[in-house]
Amino acid sequence: MRTILFLVRKEFLQIFRDRTTVFQIFMIPVVQLLVLANAATFDVKQVAMLVVDEDHTTVSSGLVQRLEAGRQFRVVRYTSSDAGVDHALLDREVTAVLHIPRYFEEDLVRRGRAPVQLVLNAEEGATTGIVQSYANSILASYARELDRTLPLARSGTSATARVAPLDLRTQRWYNPTRNYKYWMVPALMVSLTTIIGLLLTAQNITRENELGTLEQLNVTPMTKIQFIAAKLIPFWILSMLIFSIGLAIGKLVFGIPMRGNLLIVYLAAAVYLIVVLGMGLGISTITRTQQQSMFVAFFFTLIFLLMSGLFTPVDSMPDWAQRVAEANPVKHFVSIMRAVLMRGAGLETVGRPIIGLGIAGVAVLGLAVLRYRKSVA
Amino acid sequence: MRAFLGFVWKETLHLLRDRQTLAILILFPVVQVLIFGFAVRTDVRDIQIAIVDPTPDVASNELRERVAASDRFKVVWIGSSAADLETRFREGTIRQALVLPRDVERKLGRGDSLPVQLITDGSDPNTAGIMMGYATAIVQRWYRDAVPANGALQIEAQARMRYNPTLESSHLFVPGLIAFVLTIVSALMTAISITREKETGTMEMLLVSPIRPKAIVAGKVIPYIVLGFISVLLVLVAARTVFGVPLRGSLFLLLAESLLYIVTALALGILISTKVPNQRTAMIAALAGLMMPTLLLSGFIFPLASLPKVLQWLSYIVPARWFLTIVRGIMLKGAGLATLWQETLILIGMTLFLLVKGSRGLAIRLG
Repeated sequence: MRTILFLVRKEFLQIFRDRTTVFQIFMIPVVQLLVLANAATFDVKQVAMLVVDEDHTTVSSGLVQRLEAGRQFRVVRYTSSDAGVDHALLDREVTAVLHIPRYFEEDLVRRGRAPVQLVLNAEEGATTGIVQSYANSILASYARELDRTLPLARSGTSATARVAPLDLRTQRWYNPTRNYKYWMVPALMVSLTTIIGLLLTAQNITRENELGTLEQLNVTPMTKIQFIAAKLIPFWILSMLIFSIGLAIGKLVFGIPMRGNLLIVYLAAAVYLIVVLGMGLGISTITRTQQQSMFVAFFFTLIFLLMSGLFTPVDSMPDWAQRVAEANPVKHFVSIMRAVLMRGAGLETVGRPIIGLGIAGVAVLGLAVLRYRKSVA
Repeated sequence: MRAFLGFVWKETLHLLRDRQTLAILILFPVVQVLIFGFAVRTDVRDIQIAIVDPTPDVASNELRERVAASDRFKVVWIGSSAADLETRFREGTIRQALVLPRDVERKLGRGDSLPVQLITDGSDPNTAGIMMGYATAIVQRWYRDAVPANGALQIEAQARMRYNPTLESSHLFVPGLIAFVLTIVSALMTAISITREKETGTMEMLLVSPIRPKAIVAGKVIPYIVLGFISVLLVLVAARTVFGVPLRGSLFLLLAESLLYIVTALALGILISTKVPNQRTAMIAALAGLMMPTLLLSGFIFPLASLPKVLQWLSYIVPARWFLTIVRGIMLKGAGLATLWQETLILIGMTLFLLVKGSRGLAIRLG
């Protein structure tokens, strides 16, 4: 036990002696969290729109007014002919084109229905669906408004009085202000802890290997377990520290909700880090140089992160990918964080995934320890 | 010249000898394409929905069946009381709930108001918006069909998705992927391989040899140009054969632009390697300074228009942003140089700047 403590102290001295490393370890997560939280967003800002109005009536210009009033669209050009539309889309001058055909008003008055065409640049498709649904809801509410104000030429309209009005009320729970950061920040903390924990562990051990100092350690009387414990404990503590800094920034800077018990969050993080550090150790046993270990670590981190539901929902994946994702520790930690912080879930909900993470941690770490050799092949 | 060629050969051997790294370098682009094509999707489906229907009758059954028949929804629970909806939401077993009033059929017949409640897990604002859109559409269509005398006005929006009519995620991600893979293969690997020589002390040996420092760097970089080019081809072939991503513009232009970007990325790698003392710093600098901007500030995954203004300005100095516009332009829109000359000029300018800056930083002696 005393040997381990000495070695842990040595590791800490080594880490804190190197100012650049300390700076990198602590500053990069902070900066990244601040930048990422603003950058990793599918938040739909104002959409630049071109309106081709061939109708030129009060009804058609009313529609344009409603679109502009809704804040989601900004009409940058308003023309009455199709000329130049293709070019504006190709040049990315506008993202959306609304085409109001001739006889728009007349069709509405006579037949009660009229088409408009909405052309969207789907090149950046992630937000296209949401832009479309904005446009649809504006069109629908304008139609309802016209229903009351427009003098109708149709027959049988008096019947509407007898029709049961549909009163559809929608509610958004947990994030009523639609703050995208509330959704992303808890997950980003997971990604930062993972990257730092995994890369640092893998890199640290292969570095000793590459520089030859590992051999010196290997000829000392300490056991394999002592060596590994001494290597992992400092990184576990560092990662927990980084995680705490992340939580603090999330609360103070972004004001993310913390509806659940923070102790559960910490319990999950503590268990999760065992998996991460185990993987880092595992990578260091199968690589010889730092370049290799970083590359392998990076390769897996990226796959884990992309398939974790961090950026895109797991539910959108095909079934086989969802089953694969079940084996992804990052996915479970991301969903635990979101469940506890946003929805206030308790142990009865996240207890099982935490136990799962624990089992995975023991398995991964055990395998890595078995693979680790004190002797040089 | 012969000495230089010999040096390039030596570097190539280095690269080829390290089977593990090579395997990953080749696998990396392919795995990325597969993951992005299959797993990283932004469309919403299989929404777990609960329906609360206190008094089932013909009309409410019809609505329930319509929800169940839609492939967007998976009805996981039907009950008569809304009491434990909150627990279900918190557990994450449902993401949406449709709460119907009592006696739907009778209300419809009499012309009473029909209060329907639609609750959505709004944690993820965008997915929530899309889920609400789907559910609202189903309820409204059901309502229109249930009340035939309904004379409400309708403005029918016919949506057309230009450049990607099916909104297929893989078509959007592949162009970005080329930029991303090239940044990793070219910039990260170069930076690491040069700093490695510094760290292990072999750089000094190279510097005292008759080969000039610039030639040393050029020699180290040339194998990675080839490797980068192979990655581009791999990504393109995988994207076209597996996902049928369109290539509407000229293949030649695309490859030429890729070559330009490979040089840009290498120049970045060289610049990093002149600034940092060891491999770890090089890696972290490459990760934080290149990978993240390429992933986040280029429009690869997250649309640039969604970013705050400051970050949008910042994105102007990210080379991947310009390259991405070029690749998307060529592949999805079939654009040619006539449209893309600005972006190309900017990339060329950046590359020249980086090369000059990088070669200035190459010291004859090690600090």
